[in-house]
Amino acid sequence: MALRDETGPYFGDFGGRYVPESLIEALDELSVAWEAAKVDPAFHTELDGLLTNYVGRPSVITEVERFAAHAGGARILLKREDLNHTGSHKINNVLGQALLTKRIGKTRVIAETGAGQHGVATATAAALFGLDCVVYMGEVDTERQALNVARMRLLGAEVIPVTTGSRTLKDAINDAMRDWVTNVESTNYIFGTVAGPHPFPAMVRDLQKIIGEESREQVLALTGRLPDAVAACVGGGSNAMGIFHAFLDDTEVGLYGFEAAGDGVDTPRHAATISRGRPGVLHGARTFLLQDEDGQTVESHSISAGLDYPGVGPEHSWLSSIGRAEYRGVTDAAAMDALRLLSRTEGIIPAIESAHALAGVLELGRELGPDSVILVNLSGRGDKDMETAGRYFDLIDAGAEQA
Amino acid sequence: MSAVSDVIRTRVDAGSGALVGYLPVGFPTFEESVDAAVAIAQSGVDVIELGLPYSDPVMDGPVIQKATQQALARGFRLSHGFEAVRRITEQVQTPVLLMTYWNPVLSYGVERFADDLVSAGGAGLITPDLIPDEGEEWLVASERTGLDRVFLAAPSSSDARLKRAVEVSRGFVYAVSTMGITGARSDVDSAARGLVARLRDAGVENTCVGLGISTAQQVREVLEYADGAIVGSALVTALSTGGVEAVARVAADLATGTSAPA
Repeated sequence: MALRDETGPYFGDFGGRYVPESLIEALDELSVAWEAAKVDPAFHTELDGLLTNYVGRPSVITEVERFAAHAGGARILLKREDLNHTGSHKINNVLGQALLTKRIGKTRVIAETGAGQHGVATATAAALFGLDCVVYMGEVDTERQALNVARMRLLGAEVIPVTTGSRTLKDAINDAMRDWVTNVESTNYIFGTVAGPHPFPAMVRDLQKIIGEESREQVLALTGRLPDAVAACVGGGSNAMGIFHAFLDDTEVGLYGFEAAGDGVDTPRHAATISRGRPGVLHGARTFLLQDEDGQTVESHSISAGLDYPGVGPEHSWLSSIGRAEYRGVTDAAAMDALRLLSRTEGIIPAIESAHALAGVLELGRELGPDSVILVNLSGRGDKDMETAGRYFDLIDAGAEQA
Repeated sequence: MSAVSDVIRTRVDAGSGALVGYLPVGFPTFEESVDAAVAIAQSGVDVIELGLPYSDPVMDGPVIQKATQQALARGFRLSHGFEAVRRITEQVQTPVLLMTYWNPVLSYGVERFADDLVSAGGAGLITPDLIPDEGEEWLVASERTGLDRVFLAAPSSSDARLKRAVEVSRGFVYAVSTMGITGARSDVDSAARGLVARLRDAGVENTCVGLGISTAQQVREVLEYADGAIVGSALVTALSTGGVEAVARVAADLATGTSAPA
């Protein structure tokens, strides 16, 4: 069977539904609604219309020659998801799930968010469709992504800072699940990544695979061939699955996921789940995760809130286990250097998340050589990260007041 | 076959039902958690549900989350769970079920976990985030060892799923009283009564209702239609505010709800 045809609940030994019984009915309902929507032309007409006229799809690809000069001269093409409305790939998934929410007749949506991009996208869709919206966000993240908190609130969403556990994305998901268990009759959980219980990994992947489908055509049109490598950052892994999927059965195309290595994969402070974790169950799926010998989840660390997650989508665990995709770690320092390099060579400020992929590609380009073509998912823009970057690079004048 | 089932049957046959009491291992300290479990058993709790602290307890409300996080912060290890079962069952006859999220069991090794639980004198597992569909390994291990396996049933569960929960559970079926997480509620949802009736139609022998029960009056009401009432947060609150003595007092009061009608 073609790798592209996997639809869950299992991807090899990974995936499933490790959730309280109270959620099964809602997951079944979503699965049925999603299978029906997938084959309903009216659903696709509506979604495609939104993607064209609201999001601004298709997103372009941009060749970055001055940046590529630092990557051994490989040809580097950026898939510009940063140019989407709301500033990242997250909106692709959210609009699909918001339409699905309407189809199943629910009026309230909840979401978890790390960097705030998924939360902003969900708040945006909720505003567009007139849905009540609550976003759970770890307290640590509400502090380092304060701008996105303000955006969500301006859009009419309620943002609830989560103060349990590590106070990051993992704990935001726990609280969102508790809310869902309690309010499942009125509420749909718009999950932001390809992790979680079935149908989320397959459904979010299906809603993000447009990234790879568009860019596969665009690279063929520009270069006359498929790329040698496709690269993306991986936290939960939705932008990576989105761009990988169209290429899964193109065996000549290498797939590279770059995980957040924080201070380094050999230090205790990283979020390199596949590189350093082992299989277990977290947030409803069997997948690789960072855990101690008792199976307690270990807190992850990354300068990027969006990659600061100790789990990963089960389809990535599967692609890694069968050798179809390769996952590598990129440190905070390497990612921030790449963020600055792309800014200064190309005039594009990437999200810190996406900068992990860029940093990985600088090395990958040198390995693959000057004749190679590398497609990179620029999953988000860096506006939200100006405070972190400003502090990191000491860019903000002492005494300056930030609004 | 099942000590838990026997205890519940005995209580039901006597005209009432069983009180199941939850406390986590390692809260407020390991020693006190053992003493508290023994104390509630001596105060009228019929089955102990001993919780293993876990980093991501999605079924738990604020009271139990706070207690289990504290236990983890103070260095709780899985080995302490087995040690606690051993210490409790050495002191009282009351059967002890471990309540655990699935990843610690998976990480420990399902077969090894089952063997060590048997050695410690434990009766079985309550698994809040393991549905029978994903439970094959546990069904095999519990079949081999004779351990009880308590799966959950929810008001939203389909008839087919209730039937499956009844078929695979041993000890009792955990009927989730309301759509939600653990924590005291002023009125236990009428959904519980309907769920228990549907479980009866599905052929259940023992079903205990949990989530939201915190008073003797609620215990009494639940036992009108169910075989057991499960209390958690109310005991944890008593333990955290008044220590072992207070939790014993609250357990004794809750147990008045299990006295057979005069």
